[in-house]
Amino acid sequence: MDEELRQTGTESARSPIYRHRIATRFWHWLNAVAVIVLIGSGMVISDAHPHLYWGSYGANYDAPWLSLPRFVDFGPVIGDWQMTIPSYYSLALARRWHLFFALVFAFGLLAFMIASLRNRHFQRDLRLRPAELHWRALWRDFRAHCAFRFHDPEHPERYNVFQKLSYVGVIFVLIPLMIFTGLALSPGMDAAWPWLLDIFGGRQSARSVHFICASLLTLFIIVHLTLVILAGPINEVRSMITGRWQVPEGEEE
Amino acid sequence: MSRLITRRAMTAGLVTGAGALLAGCDAIGRSETARNLLFTGADLHRGLQRTLQGRDALAPEYRPDQMSPRFRTNGATNPGTEAYRAHLATGFRDWRLKVDGLVRRPLAISLRQLQTMPQRAQITRHDCVEGWSAIGKWQGPRLAHLLDLAGLREEANYIVFHCADRHGASAYYESIDLVDAYHPQTILAWAMNRRQLPVGHGAPVRLRVERQLGYKHAKFVMRVEAVASLDAIGAGKGGFWEDRADYAWYAGI
Repeated sequence: MDEELRQTGTESARSPIYRHRIATRFWHWLNAVAVIVLIGSGMVISDAHPHLYWGSYGANYDAPWLSLPRFVDFGPVIGDWQMTIPSYYSLALARRWHLFFALVFAFGLLAFMIASLRNRHFQRDLRLRPAELHWRALWRDFRAHCAFRFHDPEHPERYNVFQKLSYVGVIFVLIPLMIFTGLALSPGMDAAWPWLLDIFGGRQSARSVHFICASLLTLFIIVHLTLVILAGPINEVRSMITGRWQVPEGEEE
Repeated sequence: MSRLITRRAMTAGLVTGAGALLAGCDAIGRSETARNLLFTGADLHRGLQRTLQGRDALAPEYRPDQMSPRFRTNGATNPGTEAYRAHLATGFRDWRLKVDGLVRRPLAISLRQLQTMPQRAQITRHDCVEGWSAIGKWQGPRLAHLLDLAGLREEANYIVFHCADRHGASAYYESIDLVDAYHPQTILAWAMNRRQLPVGHGAPVRLRVERQLGYKHAKFVMRVEAVASLDAIGAGKGGFWEDRADYAWYAGI
C-alpha cells in the first residue's frame, strides 16, 4: 500500500503541472531585482535624514515619531555581503539607483496587472472566496501551516488562504502604497497631482507611510523566502523559472 | 536527508545571489556605461513629470498657520568672503544683481529696485534632498519679469545662478531651464517669513523654484546668466552638487 502510494508519487512527479504563466514568472524575477535594489538604496536615502515625522513638514527642530539607525553602518555581515546600495554613503548614487528602479517597479506592476487580468491569473488564483475567509477555514489553514502542510491534497495547484491573502495584500495594497507614497515625496509630482498629499496627509506623513510599507515588504520577503525553503526550494524556484511545478508528495520527508 | 542538504545549499545560494547582486551594484556604479544607463532615470522622470504637470502646474501653497515654527538653515550659512562681508556691512546698499549672458539689455539691479518691482509672495514647502521639509513664506519679483526686462535672446536655453558662497576652489551655482525659469512660482526672494532674507537663508536674494528639491534653490545669488548650453560652466553638469557628487540636474523627484 505504502509502496503503491510512492509509485503514484513518482508518477505525478514525472508529469508536473503548469502552474505559473510567463507574465507571472517574468514579473516575479524583475520585481525581485527591483525590490532588492529599492530596499538597499532606500536605506542609504534614509541615512541622509533618519527621522520620520507626521504632517506636511518635519526637520531638525520638529519632533520625530521615529529615529532610525544608520543603515550603512550595518554589515558586512557575511564576507562581502552588504545591506545598502551603494555599500558606502552616497545619497546621490543611492537616489540614482532608487529612482531608476522605481520606474521598473511601478511600470512592472502595471504591466503585470494588465497581463494578469488578461490571462485570468487574478480571477483564477488570487480571488478569495467567502468560505475561505471564515474563521474556521483560517484556523484550519493556520494549523496546516504549523504542520508545514501548504497544499490542499484535493487541489494542490491552488494557493492556500494565507498565500492568497499575502499576495493580494502585497500586489494590491503594499506595492501600490509604496509607489504612491513615493510619488508624494516628489515636489514635481505634488504640483502635477496635488491630491497625493491630501490622501497621505502631507509629505512627511507620506514619507513615514513609505518607510512603514517598505518594512512590511521586507517582512513579507523574509517570510516568503522562509516558506519557499520549507516547501521545497528546488521545486518552488524551478516552477518560478519554467512554470512547471511538481505536486509535492511525502512533504514530511 | 539529501533534501536537507539541498535546502541548505539553496539558502546559501539565495544569500550568495543577493550578496552578489548587492556587491555588483558598486561595480556598476563605477562603470561609465552602466552609470549612463542608470542616470537616464532622471531624464525619464523629468519627461514623465513635465507631461503630467504641464508648464504651469503650481506647487502646493499653504496657509500661514501651517508654516514651520522654525525654519532650519543648511548648506553654506554665510559665504564669509571679503566682498560679501563688505556688502553685508552696508546692508547691500552698493550690491547689484547682474542679469547678463544671452540677453539684449544686460541689467544691474539694486536690492531697492528688486523690492519695488511687481512682487509675488507664496507660502511653500521646501523639500531637502535629504528628506526633511519646512514650510515658509517667500517674497520677491518673478524671475520671468527680470528676464523680460533684460530681453532674453532666442539662443538662450538655460538660466544660470552664480552665488557668493565658495566651497574650496569652486563657487556655488545652479541652473534651470526656461520652463522652470518662466514658471509663475519661480521668484528671486529677498524676503522670508515677512522679514528681509536672513544671511543663513541666502541674503540678499535666493532663488525659489518650487517644483524642485532644495539644492536647486540657490542662495546668495549675485548674477543671473542666460546661456545656450551648460557645458562650459563648472564641470558642465549644471550645478555645484551635480558637478561634485552626481546629484540629478532635474530635481523634481
